Amino acid sequence: MKYSYYPGCTLKNKAKDLDVYARACAEKLGFELEEISEWQCCGGVYPLGSDEIATKLASVRALNEAKEKGQDLLTLCSACHHVLKRVNDDMKHVEDIRTRANNYMQLAEPYQGETKVVHYLEVLRDVVGFDALREKVTHPLTGKKIGAYYGCLVLRPGKILEFDDPENPSVMEDFIRALGAEPVVYPYRNECCGGYISLKEKELSRTMTDRILESASGFGADMLITACPLCRYNLNKSAGSEAVPVYYFTELLAEALGVKEEVSP
Amino acid sequence: MTKAEKQAELIREISGTDPYKCMKCGKCSASCPSFDEMDIKPHQFVSYVLHDEVEALAESKSLWKCLSCFACVERCPRDVKPGKLIDAARQLVVRQRGQDYLKADEIPQLLDPDLPQQLLVSAYRRYRR
Repeated sequence: MKYSYYPGCTLKNKAKDLDVYARACAEKLGFELEEISEWQCCGGVYPLGSDEIATKLASVRALNEAKEKGQDLLTLCSACHHVLKRVNDDMKHVEDIRTRANNYMQLAEPYQGETKVVHYLEVLRDVVGFDALREKVTHPLTGKKIGAYYGCLVLRPGKILEFDDPENPSVMEDFIRALGAEPVVYPYRNECCGGYISLKEKELSRTMTDRILESASGFGADMLITACPLCRYNLNKSAGSEAVPVYYFTELLAEALGVKEEVSP
Repeated sequence: MTKAEKQAELIREISGTDPYKCMKCGKCSASCPSFDEMDIKPHQFVSYVLHDEVEALAESKSLWKCLSCFACVERCPRDVKPGKLIDAARQLVVRQRGQDYLKADEIPQLLDPDLPQQLLVSAYRRYRR
């Protein structure tokens, strides 16, 4: 199975490990990530204004390239995933946005939301399957107590993202179980880390990440996993991250599949 | 139509949501992680739009405290989506000349070696035209 792959800006720079481990693990698990040729930054946040078109075009270009190749479009970063899935939903269901974006793009054939956007975790759950993943684990993370930190962007709004139950998700816990570790369910796993507020108001974000890490360690987590570079950055600013370190989920996957050492960035 | 009425109409248009559907249950404010920081709380924000009180919204610090976490959007039982109204009001402000909340000159002193690109592009999109 081959996927069009949209890495996004941060995975080429500060979050290289999220990307590198994902590629190596995909190979091990029998699917391929084919980076699309001329992707542009998604903008990090979905442009909410119903009259905003230009800010959605980078996503439309990526979605259309996947469509032309007849592939699903795979993402890793929570933000890219959020933006691409929502713009795709607009192109499918909002006539005004679809018309104006296509008028601008002048594609050979108008783009109408045909591409399916999938997150790496969705592929693990729905295509590879967690039972099959468990069988491929050579270095199980036995004894580790791992908390999943979902954050906001992969879950909400649930009706559009259709990633998991937005209030009581389970995909990351199932993932942790498949790696041989013990998932720790804690109340703050889908609370916001502060997101972009940490650029100008670092203290405000820290209040939020302190609460998240306190909640996780209170429920017995040794570490957290996330799919979002900004969540990881914000969580790492909290003193709580010394006791409860935060990893990308792909790093633990690479460890469990025994490919971590060979590809370590 | 007064200027305030026109601008309130514009907020409703940009947001694409219908504040008249609000039944004032307060779930949005109860869910908001920035509640303590906001001078106009999410449920109040909806009322301000309903009553065309746009000037207060444009000056509200709530515009810059919303994290776009979509907790209010997810939980609103009437699909009013307060977060989209807040964003639309923010758009009205930053679309005016000189009203950016983040200036390019400010950036160098806000950086640190771990700061992800994602943070810069997100802040740029939310705080500027």
